[in-house]
Amino acid sequence: MSTADMSLPAKFDWSSQAAVARRRSRHAADHRLRWIGIVAIMIAVGLLGILLATLVSTGYRAFVQTMATVPVYINPEYVDENDPSKGNYRAIVKDTLTSLFPDVTNPRDQRDLGKLLTNNTQFMIRNKVVADPSIIGTTVEMTLPVSDPFDQLEKGVLSRELPEDQRKINDKEIGWFDALAAEGRISTPFNWGLFFNSDSRFPELAGLAGAIVGSFYALLVCFLISFPVGIAAAVYLEEFAPKNRWTDLVEVNINNLAAVPSIVFGLLGLAVFLNFFGMPRSAPLVGGMVLSLMTLPTIIIVTRASLKAVPPSIREGGLGMGASRHQVITHHVLPLALPGILTGTIIGLAQALGETAPLLLIGMNAFITSPPGGLLDASTALPTQIFIWADSPERGFVDRTSAAILVLLGFLIIMNGIAIFLRQRLERTW
Amino acid sequence: MAGYAFLVIIVLSLVGYYVGRSAGRGFVATGGREVHSLPGYHGAFVAVWVCLPAFVLVLLWLFLQGTIIDQVLISSLPQGYVDLADSSRVSLVLSEIKNVAAGRLFGDPSPEVESAAALYNRWETIARWAMLVAVLGLTILTLVVARTRLAPRFRARNNFERVVSGLMIFCSLVAIVTTIGIIASLLFEAWEFFKRVPVSEFLFGIRWEPQIALRADQVAGKGAFGAIPVFTGTLLIATIAMIVATPIGIYTAIYLVEYADDRVRKIVKPIMELLAGIPTVVYGFFAVLTVAPAVRETGSVLGIAVSPNSALAAGAVMGIMIIPFISSLSDDALNAVPRTMRDGSLALGATRAETMIKVMLPAAIPGIMGGVLLAMSRAIGETMIVVMAAGLIATLTFNPVDSVTTVTVQIVTLLIGDTEFDSPKTLAAFALGLVLFVVTLCLNIVALRIVQKYREQYE
Repeated sequence: MSTADMSLPAKFDWSSQAAVARRRSRHAADHRLRWIGIVAIMIAVGLLGILLATLVSTGYRAFVQTMATVPVYINPEYVDENDPSKGNYRAIVKDTLTSLFPDVTNPRDQRDLGKLLTNNTQFMIRNKVVADPSIIGTTVEMTLPVSDPFDQLEKGVLSRELPEDQRKINDKEIGWFDALAAEGRISTPFNWGLFFNSDSRFPELAGLAGAIVGSFYALLVCFLISFPVGIAAAVYLEEFAPKNRWTDLVEVNINNLAAVPSIVFGLLGLAVFLNFFGMPRSAPLVGGMVLSLMTLPTIIIVTRASLKAVPPSIREGGLGMGASRHQVITHHVLPLALPGILTGTIIGLAQALGETAPLLLIGMNAFITSPPGGLLDASTALPTQIFIWADSPERGFVDRTSAAILVLLGFLIIMNGIAIFLRQRLERTW
Repeated sequence: MAGYAFLVIIVLSLVGYYVGRSAGRGFVATGGREVHSLPGYHGAFVAVWVCLPAFVLVLLWLFLQGTIIDQVLISSLPQGYVDLADSSRVSLVLSEIKNVAAGRLFGDPSPEVESAAALYNRWETIARWAMLVAVLGLTILTLVVARTRLAPRFRARNNFERVVSGLMIFCSLVAIVTTIGIIASLLFEAWEFFKRVPVSEFLFGIRWEPQIALRADQVAGKGAFGAIPVFTGTLLIATIAMIVATPIGIYTAIYLVEYADDRVRKIVKPIMELLAGIPTVVYGFFAVLTVAPAVRETGSVLGIAVSPNSALAAGAVMGIMIIPFISSLSDDALNAVPRTMRDGSLALGATRAETMIKVMLPAAIPGIMGGVLLAMSRAIGETMIVVMAAGLIATLTFNPVDSVTTVTVQIVTLLIGDTEFDSPKTLAAFALGLVLFVVTLCLNIVALRIVQKYREQYE
C-alpha cells in the first residue's frame, strides 16, 4: 500500500457535523475512562476510610475505663494479719457495697450490688492487702473497674431507653450506678489496664500485655533466625554462586516460597515442629520459627536487590587493591547495601507481626492470663488476641478488639515509619 | 540451662578470638611480612572453630535429650505397666510422669509413676549438667586444637573464609529444606488420610461432614469426606473477591498511569500500600462488624434472605484486601510498555483513552493477567477473613448470599485445639492443605511464567 492510498481525501471537512460529533464522542469516551478511574480510586480510598472510621469509632471507647472509687474497710475479722493471702475478701466486697447503700436491705438485692464492680474485685483487694498488710483494720479508698454492662452504660453504648427486659442490667441497678455517679465516685480515666493487664474473661479487665510480650518474643526469634540466614543466603546466591541448574532451582524455589499461603506454613509448623520434634504448643519460640520461614524469602529477595544495586566498580576497586572476595563483600558491599537490607527486613517483620493463620495452627490462640515468662511459655500474639476477642460474645470485647487492632496498626505504622526513614536517610543512589 | 550453654559458647568464642588475635600479633611482631594472615583472621579462625562444633552439639543434645530420657523412663517402669506397642498409652503415661515431676498433681498418682517422676527429675538434672560440662569441654578442646594450628605461614584467612562460605551455602539451602519440609509433611499426613478415605471419595464426593466422622468413624466416616462443596465454596468466595477487586484495581492503575499527575500519585500510592499492609485479621473483623450486617440489611430491604455469614460479605472484604495487589501489578505492567508505543499513538491523534485501551492495555495484558492470577492464588489461600466471616457448614451452592465454607476455614477448624494425629478428621486438614498448596503453586508458576515471558518481549 502506498502512502497516497492512506492519506485523507483532499477535501476533508473537519468542521462537518459528522466529524464534530465523532470527535465529541471520542473525547467523551476519554472523559468517561478518566472518571471511571477516579471513581475506582475513590472506592478504594473510601473503603479504607470506612475501615479506619469503624475501628476508631468503636475502639476509642476501650482506651478509657469506667472506674468506681469506693471506701474499702479491711475488716480484721475476715483477714488474718499473719496470712493475708487467705481471707474472706468476698465478704469485704459485700460489706463495702452494702455500706455504700444502707437502704438496700433485701439480701437478694445486696447480692446484686456485687454486679456493680468487676468480678475480680476481691482478688484486687487481696493483692493490695498482701502487698501492704498494715492496711488491715483501716479503710482505704480504692478505684476499681466497674463491670462491663455498667462500663457500656457509662460510655453510652448501652442505651437507657431500651426496654428493661432487653438490657443486661435493670432499672434498679442503673439507679445504684447513678447514685454512685451522683456522689462523684465514678470516673473514666485512661485505661492503662489495656496495656498492662493480660487476657481475661471479663472485658473490663482484659488487656494486651500477654499478647504484646508474646508478639515481641515471636518477632525476636523470627528476626534472630531470618536476618542472618537471609543475608547469608542472599550474599551466597548473588555474589558467590555459580550460575547453574542448582542455583536456578534455589532461586525459583525462593520465589515460589514467597507466594505460598501462610496457612501452609502453619501446617508445616504443626506437623514438623510440634508433632515431629515435639516442641511445646503455643510457644513464642515455635511461632517465631514458623514466622521466620515465611519472612526468609522476603529478606532474601530484598537483600539480593540491594546487593545488585551496589555498582560493580566498588567490587572491582576492592579486588584491584588486593582484597579477597570475602573482604570486598564484608568491608565494602554489605555496608553499602545495609540500609536497603534493613528496610526490607523491617517490612518483612511488620508482615510477620500481622500474620495470624500459622499462629492459630500452632496453638497461639490459647486463653492465657499472664504474660509469657520465656520463649517456651504458652502465650498469645497480638493478631491472635484480636481473633480471640473478636470471637467473644460480650459487648465490651467489640471495643477491646478495635482498640487492640489500633494498637497493632500503631506498631505497624511505627515499623514502616522507621523503614521509610532509613530508606530516605541512608540509601544512596549511584 | 540451654541459655548457660549458649553463654559458655559465646564467652569462649570471644576468648578464642582474643587468643588467636594475640597469637597473630605475636607472629607479626616476630615474623613481620612473613605472616600470611592478619591477626584478626587468626582470631576469627579460632573463634569459629570454638563456636560451630559446640553449637551443633547443643542443638543435637536438646533434640535428642527428650527422646532418650523418655526411653529411660519407659524402661524403668515395671514390666507390664504399659503396653509398649500402644504408643498413645505410652505417651499418656509419659505426660503423667512429667506432670507429677513438675508438681502438677491431679488425683493420686500410682507409686510406679511417682518413682518414675523422681527418676525423671534426677535424669533431667543430670542431663542438664552433663550438657553444660560437655559444651565446656568441647569448646576448650577445640580452642586448644585451633590455637596449636596457628603459625606465621598458616592460611587463617582462607580457612576462615572457607567456613563462612560453607555456612552461606547451608543458609541458602534452608529455603529448599523448607519447601521439602512442606511437601513431605503434607504428603505424609495426606497419605495417612488417603489410607482411611479413598482419594476418589475425597476429590469427587459431594458431602463434607468431618465432625460426624470423628464420632462414629466406622459407619459414618465413609462418604463424609467429599471435598467438592469445600472447593466450590472456595471458588465462590474467591470469584466474588476477584469481581470486586479486578475492575477497581485495573481502573486505579489506568488512572494512575495515564491521567494522574505526580501530586495525586504521591497521595494514592501510599494509601494503596497502607491497604496492602493491613493484617488480614483486621479485614476479618471489619467483615464481621460492618460489612456482613450491611449486606444483610441491604438484602432485607430488597427482600432477599441473606445468611449471617454470607459468601458475599466475606468475598467483598477479600476483594478490598486484593485491590492494592492487582493495582500495583497492573501499574507495573502498564509502565513496562515502551513509552514509544504510547507516544506514537498519541502523536497520531488518538485520545488518551484510545491509546490506553487500544495500545497500552493489549500490550500489557499478559502482565495484568499474571497479576490477576497471582491475586487469585492469594484469594484462594487467604485464611483469616474467611475464618471470621464465612461459614463452617459445607453447602454445595453458587448462591452468593448463602453461607459457604472454604478450604482454609476447614483446615483451621479441623486443627484448632486438636492434636490427635490419628483421626481422619485431623488428617483431612493436611489433605486439604496439600490441595491448597498444589493449586496455589500451579497458579503462581503459570503467573510468573506469563509475566516473565512478556517482560522478555520488550526488554
